[in-house]
Amino acid sequence: MNTDHHVILRVIAKMLIPVITMFAFYVQFHGDFGPGGGFQAGVIIAVAVILYALVFGVPAAMRAVPPVFTRSLAAVGVMIYAGVGFWAMLQGGHYLEYQALFHEPPGEHHGQHIGILGIELGVLCGVSGAMLTIFYAFAGRVAEIRDEDW
Amino acid sequence: MIDAILNAAPAWALSHAAPLLVMVPLFLAPLLALVPTGRIAWLISIAATGISFLFALILLGLVQTSPIGVVSYEVGRWPVPLGIELRVDALNAMILLIVTTIGLLASVFSWPTVVAEIPKRKRALFYSAFLVCFAGLNGVAITGDAFNLFVFLEISSISTYVLVALGSGRDRRALPAAFNYLIMGTLGASFYIIGIGFLYAATGTLNMYQISTLLPELAGHRSVQAGFAFILVGLGLKAAMWPLHQWLPNAYSYSPTFVTMFLSATATKVALYALIRFLFTVFRPDYGFEISAFSAILMPLGIAAMVVCSFQAVFQTDVRRILAYSSVAQVGYMILGVSIGTTAGLSAGLFHLVNHAMMKGALFMAVAGVVLTYQGTTIRDFAGLGRSAPWTMTAFAIAALSLIGVPLTAGFQSKLQLGFALFDQGLWWAVGLVVFSSFLAVIYMGRVLEAVFFQPPVNPRKTRKEAPVLLLVPLWILALANLYFGIAADFPLGLARDAAAAAFGVEAFR
Amino acid sequence: MLEFLLERANYWVVIVLMMIGLYITFASQNLIKRMVGLGLFQTTICLFYVTLGKVSGGTAPILFGDDAIEHHGAGHGAETEGGHAALDAVLAAGGEHAERVAHLTNTYSNPLPHVLMLTAIVVGVATLSVGLALVVRIREAYGSIENDEVNEIDLETALAQHAEAEKAVSEATA
Repeated sequence: MNTDHHVILRVIAKMLIPVITMFAFYVQFHGDFGPGGGFQAGVIIAVAVILYALVFGVPAAMRAVPPVFTRSLAAVGVMIYAGVGFWAMLQGGHYLEYQALFHEPPGEHHGQHIGILGIELGVLCGVSGAMLTIFYAFAGRVAEIRDEDW
Repeated sequence: MIDAILNAAPAWALSHAAPLLVMVPLFLAPLLALVPTGRIAWLISIAATGISFLFALILLGLVQTSPIGVVSYEVGRWPVPLGIELRVDALNAMILLIVTTIGLLASVFSWPTVVAEIPKRKRALFYSAFLVCFAGLNGVAITGDAFNLFVFLEISSISTYVLVALGSGRDRRALPAAFNYLIMGTLGASFYIIGIGFLYAATGTLNMYQISTLLPELAGHRSVQAGFAFILVGLGLKAAMWPLHQWLPNAYSYSPTFVTMFLSATATKVALYALIRFLFTVFRPDYGFEISAFSAILMPLGIAAMVVCSFQAVFQTDVRRILAYSSVAQVGYMILGVSIGTTAGLSAGLFHLVNHAMMKGALFMAVAGVVLTYQGTTIRDFAGLGRSAPWTMTAFAIAALSLIGVPLTAGFQSKLQLGFALFDQGLWWAVGLVVFSSFLAVIYMGRVLEAVFFQPPVNPRKTRKEAPVLLLVPLWILALANLYFGIAADFPLGLARDAAAAAFGVEAFR
Repeated sequence: MLEFLLERANYWVVIVLMMIGLYITFASQNLIKRMVGLGLFQTTICLFYVTLGKVSGGTAPILFGDDAIEHHGAGHGAETEGGHAALDAVLAAGGEHAERVAHLTNTYSNPLPHVLMLTAIVVGVATLSVGLALVVRIREAYGSIENDEVNEIDLETALAQHAEAEKAVSEATA
């Protein structure tokens, strides 16, 4: 196949995408007490998929990460966020009161830790889902750019 | 009734009513994006708005029985200046009750119109956007944090733009209307946060109650006054205060009928609530710059809205545009009541706000019924409908008479209160203009009513029939409420008086 | 005079950028350009807030140095424990102003405006995407993204519909 003159792009992208995703998870799990968090991580994950879409084409990206999935991911993210709040409420605390998650006395931080991780997970799902949905909504509308037009 | 609900409610519902009121619809909204069919989404949205309605009743009961008249809830139990406080007093409790009541009635009535106007695969998502909007409006009304208010305002607004644009299936003019609404709405919200930025720079806190306690020392400060100006303009844009109302007529005329009905009864009301909250609770009506803002800006603009927009309504041929211009005029009445700056004036304005939600809700529901069975909204399309759809059109007529302010209807009661409040301040000329504007309302609603009941149908070949029962029941609930509260106005008037007292920060408000 | 200007340098920048954004939003007929103006306006608000939060001599609000190792706990990294210490201080502060109680040795900028603007940026992204989606739909429905052309098309359709309705009425009565 001589028509594929994007070999370098494709190889580099394939190498980069896992690294980008790994970096997203680093940002995600670093985010509970340091800079970072679900919003940034969600955007970075979305960037990984968007890079894939740019190099391999939007249809290929839609096969890998279907639009139905991204839309559901955004919805599930919001529900995880709200769900952590309801969980705290079920444990007898206020809405989103992490301290109440495991009935801890003040000074213990297990609930704070788990609570913020849950929230960040919700934000990660919500933001990456929403970003990809927005990207698909716009990129899916225009005709695919053919290889010769580059 | 409220006592019975308070007694029947479990303890968790009493202590967590404030966050649950907002979070239940906000949690169910993304769920609706996942359900397969629109019918399930519709049932879930009825459940969500119904639950919110119950919590609003509970909150109202809690506020009325509380010794200080305030229900405060710290989200995440973060202490007040750090965390977000949900703070409900008689003013928000009233607004929450209006929004949730209208939300419940709207979602019950919505199904036939949604089937007719929204493509099948978009219905579940449509209800999802509706619930987000509903939760956002409740959030604006419930929060005690100035920045959180902005976030909820934008949550409700952005979903509103989507809902308005969905009218494009019937009329493509919905798209530019939604776009203009987006530009104006975003500018309004942006102005609002610029104002909050100035207040934050001056006081160092975002909690509205704390700002209000810190402001008296800083009232002469330039940045506080700049903040006041920005907030006034920003929220005025959202509340469709004349002349910042340009987005409203198109957005109301071309959006899906259900959306028009819901928005006209809630969205501008909630923005107006936020404005009142800032004018009376955060800033005090006795600050010099606010007194001059009342007499030099709000009162002239309110009167101009009453007169100019009523005139514009007279010359419209489309019933939805008539009602939309009339909405701006009615906002003018409310602004006029607010601008008197007394408890009586504010309670008259709030009373009119309640009544306007009832009558505009009923009017737009009846219009939705006509659109559903007849596909047209010009006055000519309405001709002769009084004979073929008597139930729909009688309810329409009751609400229209209430809008005009005929005695024995709710609209009369609130205009009477407004008149009393104006007379107390010796503003007899303003009373005259209120009467004049009501006279214009007689003309523009009279044109529609005359066509409905006395003209022969223009095009008898088109079949017409009564709106479906699902639509008639909420419509008649609202129409009868207009009549009932026109005769026995104690309940809404009491709510409005408590709310006005609470806005002024009077603690012993009963 | 020069001092007056320089002291408020950030405000001048904010005012100029904000007015440019507002002008583009109102004066431009192109819907995409209006969105660009709106974006500029919203971004300037972020600039305004972030300059409000700047404390002179303060660094980015991430605990470091002595602040980060106030508590020595087993099993966790120093950074995490620093976070815990600050959290405890904040929780203990209650209604008081937190920064006075937390006893920090380094000076930090106020993090709150940054957090607020993170939220505002998210709101801006949502507004921008909804706005652009509307522009796409307007282009599909009208074949134009110029506001005046869209209005003109609307006017023509309205007149045509009116004429049609008149004709239908005269036929029905005839």
